[in-house]
Amino acid sequence: MLTLTCPCCGVKAEESELHGGGEAHLTRFGPGSSEEEFHDYLFARENAKGVHFERWRHVHGCGKWFHAARCTATLQVFGTYSAQTTEPPADLLATIREKRPGWSWRDFS
Amino acid sequence: MSEAVTAMQMAEFDGLCRVADAGLQGMIVLRGDLGSDALRSAVQDLTGAGVPKVRRVLSKGTFSVLWMSPDELMILCPYAQADAHVATLAKALEGQQALVANLSDARAVFALTGAGLREVVAKVAPIDMAPGAFGPGDIRRTRFAQVSAAVWMTDDTSARVVCFRSVAEYMFNLLRTAAHPGAGVGFF
Ligand SMILES: [Zn+2]
Repeated sequence: MLTLTCPCCGVKAEESELHGGGEAHLTRFGPGSSEEEFHDYLFARENAKGVHFERWRHVHGCGKWFHAARCTATLQVFGTYSAQTTEPPADLLATIREKRPGWSWRDFS
Repeated sequence: MSEAVTAMQMAEFDGLCRVADAGLQGMIVLRGDLGSDALRSAVQDLTGAGVPKVRRVLSKGTFSVLWMSPDELMILCPYAQADAHVATLAKALEGQQALVANLSDARAVFALTGAGLREVVAKVAPIDMAPGAFGPGDIRRTRFAQVSAAVWMTDDTSARVVCFRSVAEYMFNLLRTAAHPGAGVGFF
């Protein structure tokens, strides 16, 4: 059972109250970008075994989107944070470094 | 003018708790910046109850103000007054980025009464219904089995459940099954 705390309403929500929104922190490439950039934006995704960053929506609750950092292998949750950011907050990255030395995910480590 | 009726036509059931169609209920949705002075005074002036804190309900007279999300409130009022109150709010919020709409007919409301209601709700929703964790003044939006719903307690032995009108029959049958007299667990 995956339990995430929604940063928008404070509810400790179990997975069935939430809806997964795929990988977090994608950079959108649209008109004017190269074919390769647009291809990667559409199709290239991390398939992490370990630390992963995702978007989730509190769909049956407050309805808001947020970000979550969790381990895909153990379901350990490192934290949740606002959707209004392009990268994970520094204190969360510090927590993950402490708990999973040597981890990396895209440009973060 | 057509005759307004609720989806479940005042159906009721007695079991671990009483489950009843709560009848026609005025429901006004208000979306906007809940921290703005304009919105806060508009709600205060209309209801006298003010803007509730996160996941809380404030009531005064015939009004209740429900916290629905960081930018959404639901205001309960007598059914026949909803349109007039929408107009009042819309006028007070003129020029602001806000949305006011009468959603009374888009929802169904059920009343749960009796000490067994905590158990009935806990069976179908993934929320902590323990007396210390949820009580009068709290509101929780969640799912009841397969449909979205909001639940709040009006006192220690009564609660309201609201869902979309289109799933009213599902909700009533779900609550009725959970409240079957032979289905007690006695957890709380
Ligand atoms: Zn939430």
